[in-house]
Amino acid sequence: MMNAQQVLQQFQATGVQTCFHGRHIDPQIYAGLDGTNWRLKDYEARGGYEALRKILDPLTGGLTQDQVIATVKESALRGRGGAGFPTGLKWSFMPRQFPGQKYLVCNSDEGEPGTCKDRDILHYNPHIVIEGMIIAAYAMGISVGYNYIHGEIFQTYERFEEALEEARAAGYLGDNILSSKFSFQLHAFHGFGAYICGEETALLESLEGKKGQPRFKPPFPASFGLYGKPTTINNTETFAAVPWIIRNGGQAYLEKGKPNNGGTKIFSVSGDVELPGNYEIPLGTPFSKLLELCGGVKGGRKLKAVIPGGSSAPVLPADIMMDCTMDYDSIAKAGSMLGSGAVIVMDETRDMVESLLRLSYFYMHESCGQCTPCREGTGWLWRVVDRIQNGRGKPSDIELLNSVADNIQGRTICALGDAAAMPVRAMLKHFKHEFEAKIARSSAQLDQPRDIVPAGARA
Amino acid sequence: MNVTEAMKARFDREVAKYPADQKQSAVMACLAIVQQEHGHLTLEAEKEVADHLGMPPIAVHEVSTFYNMYNQQPVGRYKLNVCTNLPCQLRGGGVALHHLEQRLGVEMGGTTADGCFTLQQSECLGACADAPVMLVNDRTMCSFMTNDKLDQLVEGLRKAE
Ligand SMILES: NC(=O)C1=CN([C@@H]2O[C@H](COP(=O)(O)OP(=O)(O)OC[C@H]3O[C@@H](n4cnc5c(N)ncnc54)[C@H](O)[C@@H]3O)[C@@H](O)[C@H]2O)C=CC1
Ligand SMILES: Cc1cc2nc3c(=O)[nH]c(=O)nc-3n(C[C@H](O)[C@H](O)[C@H](O)COP(=O)(O)O)c2cc1C
Ligand code: SF4
Ligand code: FES
Repeated sequence: MMNAQQVLQQFQATGVQTCFHGRHIDPQIYAGLDGTNWRLKDYEARGGYEALRKILDPLTGGLTQDQVIATVKESALRGRGGAGFPTGLKWSFMPRQFPGQKYLVCNSDEGEPGTCKDRDILHYNPHIVIEGMIIAAYAMGISVGYNYIHGEIFQTYERFEEALEEARAAGYLGDNILSSKFSFQLHAFHGFGAYICGEETALLESLEGKKGQPRFKPPFPASFGLYGKPTTINNTETFAAVPWIIRNGGQAYLEKGKPNNGGTKIFSVSGDVELPGNYEIPLGTPFSKLLELCGGVKGGRKLKAVIPGGSSAPVLPADIMMDCTMDYDSIAKAGSMLGSGAVIVMDETRDMVESLLRLSYFYMHESCGQCTPCREGTGWLWRVVDRIQNGRGKPSDIELLNSVADNIQGRTICALGDAAAMPVRAMLKHFKHEFEAKIARSSAQLDQPRDIVPAGARA
Repeated sequence: MNVTEAMKARFDREVAKYPADQKQSAVMACLAIVQQEHGHLTLEAEKEVADHLGMPPIAVHEVSTFYNMYNQQPVGRYKLNVCTNLPCQLRGGGVALHHLEQRLGVEMGGTTADGCFTLQQSECLGACADAPVMLVNDRTMCSFMTNDKLDQLVEGLRKAE
């Protein structure tokens, strides 16, 4: 008879559907993975830790800190966590001569609905993140780092701990790495269910053992970060891109993508496609190509809309989306954002009011409550969308939604407020008729007190 | 006593990751360890964690109530968290939740009379392409959970008793 753990084991993902499907284009981070080859020796067989050896090479003199940062700048690598901030520039902000402790933090708190790329990196190729972090630490003269991992992917956290042990045993982590003068200690930390901790300053608070409530920025973490010390935070995928850049040069990376948008990027495609999963493709690849890799819209139906960068990104209708290429600039020009690279696909049968209802519930649920416009506004948005969806909307509700969104956007400590407001405005901009139609069908008889219930309770 | 010596040994491995004057950083990991052992948190257990880390009990309680995965109340032997956020909803997350409601005879948020299962919905688990997905007892992700697989899982766990 099976014990509970064996029972559960049967239902665990193997990565075949999401990552080892062979439908990436020119992958760098996911290249050569099969689910069994995540260990140190496998990573080394793929050329792993060569970038670190190159930097610390005693024969050639290696690379200086400035050379590493210049290479990353040249690569035009932009932050993969959502904001797309140039990584080399961020690294150059770090006060390298600062006399006290400095910290390096990896943001693996992937919780943006639609995003599941960092999980597959950490689970199937953990050493690429470790190597990227060691290189970053070297470049900025940092001796201690943490990887903050989403609590929900606990098995991945445990695997990362194992990978850290391997790296320590092999002399890649710890004191005098590869017999050089450079030392770096790296540890793993796990969250426990709070979307807001993906915001970098909330993450730092959480790492300090507190509630994850965002801090005002500025000061940015580069000057006031973990325990008040200068700190650099990057996304998992950002660090994972670094070893390739060091091995092959900044120019080569830049050329993989397009100007100002260097390299490959992993897109997590979910929703109405035949083959949901993670797809690593060069930045600048047409959206139509990505859709083709995913087997097209599910059931041969027509594409209706796409949320191109995680649930916080404004939705785009099919015709606009089909003209976009997948890179920061193209998506921004179309009126949305590339964000975390979570592409949520919706077919012609989808109800936009219902979709927005679920997202509004999410932002209300995850608001940390510090700022009044966000705390009150997200609840308000949810209640109004709920009543429109459930036949009790009023004609004035559309204007009301817009004005509540207006009152949140730009008036809060962190970008969660904007993330809650932007989808509402975009849905109203592109699919107003669906809201109006529901409101027109609202009937007076329904106008009786009714308990409002959490989103999933009425699917 | 809630916190055994074995648990304290695990706490100390967490504490060792942080600067000596920043033991508090280990609080989330310590609470997760307590929950793994006892199923849920109590004020007494939080107090023991607080003493171990040298922080005020109220600061520990603030943490345990802020994060979604800490159980403030007893839960069934298996806590099932089904993601119903939009990307999952588009691929049957809601269907999975409702199937379980019927199969287990409890509403979302409830615990079966035999204390075996607690059923909850959850926000994005970070495994959206595996939808429908479900997290069991905070630590094990179950992917592509069609109704058949949900039935198998429930049966399997009941038999594994
Ligand atoms: N990956 C995910 O799961 C999620 C990602 N997001 C994304 O997060 C984005 C917002 O993130 P934020 O951190 O609020 O963006 P931000 O624009 O404030 O910062 C981006 C990065 O650049 C740094 N930075 C910016 N200006 C700086 C300066 N003058 N000096 C020093 N450092 C500077 C920040 O410290 C940060 O690391 C959104 O665009 C959204 O797409 C949002 C939710 C979830
Ligand atoms: C509400 C909110 C949630 C976020 N969640 C994440 C996240 O899960 N992962 C991530 O890397 N960045 C997330 N970010 C962005 C981070 O604040 C930060 O910009 C990023 O980690 C910087 O890394 P990068 O420059 O490598 O992208 C979030 C931002 C906000 C406002
Ligand atoms: S905007 Fe919302 S989530 Fe961000 S700090 Fe304010 S209340 Fe908290
Ligand atoms: S939306 Fe369900 S796991 Fe991400």
